[in-house]
Amino acid sequence: MSSMAKQAQQRVGLLQGTLDMLILRTLLYGPAHGHQIGKHIQRTTNEFLQMQHGSLYPALHRLERRGWVVSKWEPAPDRNREFKYYRLTDKGRKQLLVEESQWKQMAEAVARVMWPAAEEN
Amino acid sequence: MKWWQIKKRDADLEQELRSDLELEEEEQREGGISGEEARYAALRAFGNPALIREQTRAIWSWTWLESLARDLRFSLRTLRRTPGFTVIAVLVMALGIGANVALFTVVRGVLLKPLPFHDPDRLVMLYEAGLHEDDKAGSNVVSGGMYAEWKKQNRSFSSLALTQGIRVGLSGSGGQLPEKLNSALFSWDLLRTLGVQPALGRDFMQADDSPAANGTVLLSWGLWKRRFGGDPAILNQTIELDAEPYTVIGVMPAWFDFPDPSTQLWTPVYHEKPEDTMTSFSNHMFRVVGRLKPGVSAAQGVADLSIISQRIHNAHLNDPFVFRSAKRRPLLEHMVGEIKKPLYVLLEATCCLLLIACLNVANLLVARAAARRKELAIRTALGGGWLRLMRERLMESLLLSAAGGALGLLLAFAALHWLTRTRHDMSRVESIHIDGVVAAFTVGVIVLCALFSGLIATFSTSDKRILSALREASRSVSGGSARATLRNVLLTLEVGLTVILLIGAGLLLKSYERLRSADMGCITQDVITMHLGLPDARYATPAQRANFYDTLLERVRALPGVEAAGFVTAVPGQGYGMDWTFSVVEHPPLPQGSGLFALSRWADPKYFGAMGIPILRGRTFDGGKRLDTANEVVVSQSFASQYFPGEDPLGKHLRVRGQNSVIVGIVGDTRYAIGEMPRPVQYYPLDGGVETVGTLVIRSRHDLEQFALPVQRIVSEMDRDLPVSDVLTMNQLLGKHTFDQSFNATLLTAFATLSLLLAAVGLFGVMSYIATQRTTEIGIRIALGAKREDVMRKMLLDGMRPAIFGLVVGLAASLEACRLIRDLLYEIKPLDPAVFSAVAATLLAVAVFACIVPAWRASRLDPIQALRAE
Repeated sequence: MSSMAKQAQQRVGLLQGTLDMLILRTLLYGPAHGHQIGKHIQRTTNEFLQMQHGSLYPALHRLERRGWVVSKWEPAPDRNREFKYYRLTDKGRKQLLVEESQWKQMAEAVARVMWPAAEEN
Repeated sequence: MKWWQIKKRDADLEQELRSDLELEEEEQREGGISGEEARYAALRAFGNPALIREQTRAIWSWTWLESLARDLRFSLRTLRRTPGFTVIAVLVMALGIGANVALFTVVRGVLLKPLPFHDPDRLVMLYEAGLHEDDKAGSNVVSGGMYAEWKKQNRSFSSLALTQGIRVGLSGSGGQLPEKLNSALFSWDLLRTLGVQPALGRDFMQADDSPAANGTVLLSWGLWKRRFGGDPAILNQTIELDAEPYTVIGVMPAWFDFPDPSTQLWTPVYHEKPEDTMTSFSNHMFRVVGRLKPGVSAAQGVADLSIISQRIHNAHLNDPFVFRSAKRRPLLEHMVGEIKKPLYVLLEATCCLLLIACLNVANLLVARAAARRKELAIRTALGGGWLRLMRERLMESLLLSAAGGALGLLLAFAALHWLTRTRHDMSRVESIHIDGVVAAFTVGVIVLCALFSGLIATFSTSDKRILSALREASRSVSGGSARATLRNVLLTLEVGLTVILLIGAGLLLKSYERLRSADMGCITQDVITMHLGLPDARYATPAQRANFYDTLLERVRALPGVEAAGFVTAVPGQGYGMDWTFSVVEHPPLPQGSGLFALSRWADPKYFGAMGIPILRGRTFDGGKRLDTANEVVVSQSFASQYFPGEDPLGKHLRVRGQNSVIVGIVGDTRYAIGEMPRPVQYYPLDGGVETVGTLVIRSRHDLEQFALPVQRIVSEMDRDLPVSDVLTMNQLLGKHTFDQSFNATLLTAFATLSLLLAAVGLFGVMSYIATQRTTEIGIRIALGAKREDVMRKMLLDGMRPAIFGLVVGLAASLEACRLIRDLLYEIKPLDPAVFSAVAATLLAVAVFACIVPAWRASRLDPIQALRAE
């Protein structure tokens, strides 16, 4: 197995938990198609997170299977074509809250280990 | 998501990716990159769409099914490419699976399904036992008196009921001919004991079951449909049985066939039988069914009855035929007793056949795997997963056995249809049908076969020596022979199993032949028999009966073409019939508690001549002595030697039922049933007018069947309501009684022939394969000057090796396996040398035949062609 493949695997592993949350958060602004979601995450993180389409689409379909988003073909306002728009469901909204709080707990826990002094304040 | 949505989903994903990719491309173009460049830039940013599609697809769990479908498609394509192989493999599987499913269905229907009675586990069949002090094995049907005592005194059975099979004549009515029917006597509580209700009308009541009651009868469903058009109005109508009126009180359900499948009507026993029969302790004629009380075991129940029997025995020490104890058999065993063993033997045979079929298919698959070795090695080298390749292989064998199974199920269906039509005589034949359990069994067998044959083939190619395979395949001169080892082992097994089947079939066939050629002690050619029974009501006095027989015989003998005719209560081969106790007047009285009995027959004076039973000494009856003056008796040779050792029986007197008869002649021994040893027989003159039921025999060199009509005409002229039944030539009569044996022998022979065929196909396949593999080698040998005879001999020997090994293995295994069928054999030992050597010779001949064509072809190889072939 090549080293490239290994790297790719590590990156996917890193994003696995968070990508779903990021997508759900992005959809909170309103319905969007895959390309928009990818671009948005990329732009918002100042290109820090290079969106891999190879994980974006599987993630979208996974979310749809779980019923957190629904999809519909709709014409884009600025293009003369239809795109597959994903929209957050109520279940998805709840899931976002859950993932958000989990992420927060996780970040705090990591922070407490990494920067113990800050906790004393 | 449903399967039909898969396509839609795929299209959807494709479109989604395409539109997003196009958008990316437009954006790139808007960013100032032009034309083709924009497209590549977009692809770079986007990634490989095909891969993304695959990865996204993997999210949906249907993929495993899709890959299964892909395997299926692939296997189908592979199989379609080799139609010859596919057809043979499917047929082989179909035969194996079909035979198994059919036999399993029969075994399940007959032996495994519970009897259709209420709580059948509580039912037992009861017999009397212990005629002699030390007699442990023997048992006998029950006497009416003992039954009555059992019923009165026992504390273990909630009910005891009794039955006896008889034959009655149903008088003609409404333009229908009179006919003779198998019937059964029931005590009034028999149906209640079984827990069965009539389908129409009512059950017997206690009041029906007495000599004083009016006659009542229950009809079988079949008789009701056939004879009375299925009309419910028959209830409470009167029909005539043996010239006496009987009121039809009910019709039994179609499935009900107790005590045996031929029974067509039922009448109450105490109404039919005289009181002295029903109270006698020594006149044994009934079968007793008991229902055990809850919590009482069968052994306890029988012990209870045995105590009663012993008490009765002790009270009647002067009567030598009062038994001492009771015995039991499970009801199911009683009903299917004789068919059980052969069925299991046949089931074992079909299992063998299936195993052979699987081995054969495995063999074919191994051959294919070997032929595709290079392809498989290349695929493995290119990273094809071993699991994936194995799955493909298993899919192939699963397809083969599924197709075989489907075809086999059809075969089984046809076979069962045939069986239920030809074997109405088999108990419980009505409960044989294909149902859910059989379907599940079929699926199980299919999966088992697929795994068995598939795994053998898979493991034959599972070695990891890809390189050697590639190298070997690139220039195989003598390669691939290692692979042939596995096939040879499979073949050896196959041949071994075939030998076992062949020997089993050979033994059954030979024993059947022995049975059919057993000397019955009388002529079996050119003799026709017809059954007649005089109803007591119209033939009440001995004079009426004797007159009827005299007139009948006189008129039959006058028919053109009749060489001889006679009348007897039972001809040889018709069964045990009746035995009577007797004593020899000239001998000192026997000690108290012992007595003599022998088969008894009533015959007219010319019966012996008509049947070709030789009169060894003395003479036949004096035709002039009739009725009360008919006081002569003829005995058989074994009677003479057993009861008159060292003295002359002629002139001695036998005392039977208070009457003395003088022995006037000694005739040759006969067998009461085919396959039974000759037993002593005492013949009494028909002219005594005692008997009402018997068989007319006619001997003629002309077409025997042609006498049926004239005789029927004579009988109906003498008595319009008298049916003539069972018109059978002696050969047919004997054939009927050996039907089981011929049936078993035929089936087993069919299985053995099939497996021989399969083994031959297997041998042929392996030989051809080896020959093809070694084309180059043989070509070189021939080119270097090897003699064609030598090549042929070598090839032949190679092919014969597994056959000979298999033969040895099979012969050794047969020594053990043949013990299984020992009970089914007649007058031959399981280790019959003739059968063993015949089988060995047949097998070797077939093996040579299967090997000789490929070997001959190999020896005829043109070396130039052979060398060019690679």
